[in-house]
Amino acid sequence: MDKKELITELKTIVTPYAQDPEALDNIGEDTDFIKDLKINSANLVDVVLDVEEKFGIEIDNDSMAKMLSVKAAIEIIEDKLAGVDRK
Amino acid sequence: MTTQEILDKLPYSKPFLFVDELLQINENGSVGTFTYDKDLDFYKGHFKDSPVTPGVIMTETMAQIGLVCMGIYLYGDSNAEMKAHVMLTSVAVDFMKPVFPGEKVTVTAEKVYFRFKKLNCNVVMKNEAGETVCKGNISGMVTAKLHE
Repeated sequence: MDKKELITELKTIVTPYAQDPEALDNIGEDTDFIKDLKINSANLVDVVLDVEEKFGIEIDNDSMAKMLSVKAAIEIIEDKLAGVDRK
Repeated sequence: MTTQEILDKLPYSKPFLFVDELLQINENGSVGTFTYDKDLDFYKGHFKDSPVTPGVIMTETMAQIGLVCMGIYLYGDSNAEMKAHVMLTSVAVDFMKPVFPGEKVTVTAEKVYFRFKKLNCNVVMKNEAGETVCKGNISGMVTAKLHE
């Protein structure tokens, strides 16, 4: 799955929780889940749980703490899919 | 953690404590009861001349038994000396039957997940006849108590 496809998948996942429609329309690598999409911390947990389900991976606490933007999410998903545990 | 220890840690008091008994609690869920005293203040205005328990109060009762007690229990497992603070983040409830002054209700909660500090529970409230009066899904963030 390339970056563009990953962003499309992420967009589908964050859509129910995003509070800023314009930022959602313009979603890209630099989009910040909290600052741009205005997702609250409780719904950010749901985003992470949905990512786990969609990609069949398990996100640990450290990765959860880092997963604040599309870019970070893509890195984490790619790492987990590749079976690499980047510290 | 015993049920009494959890009750002692609840941050509420009258007239906003909506837990009388905590009958059961474990990693997967909780069961508790509350009796709505007919003299509770809100019955004077909800509604004028025909008191019925407000849906928001029933929701609060479900949240206190099903979410806050559970949150304190689950948090206490890993942080014995710290007090848990549970912040409500979302609620979706369907109401089936009215609850009148003086009725006793039993709330049963089932944990859906507790991950990254977020607790999500399915909660059902039944009256003394065993009929479901309302049910839904409630979630909140469980964190260390903000202040003593």
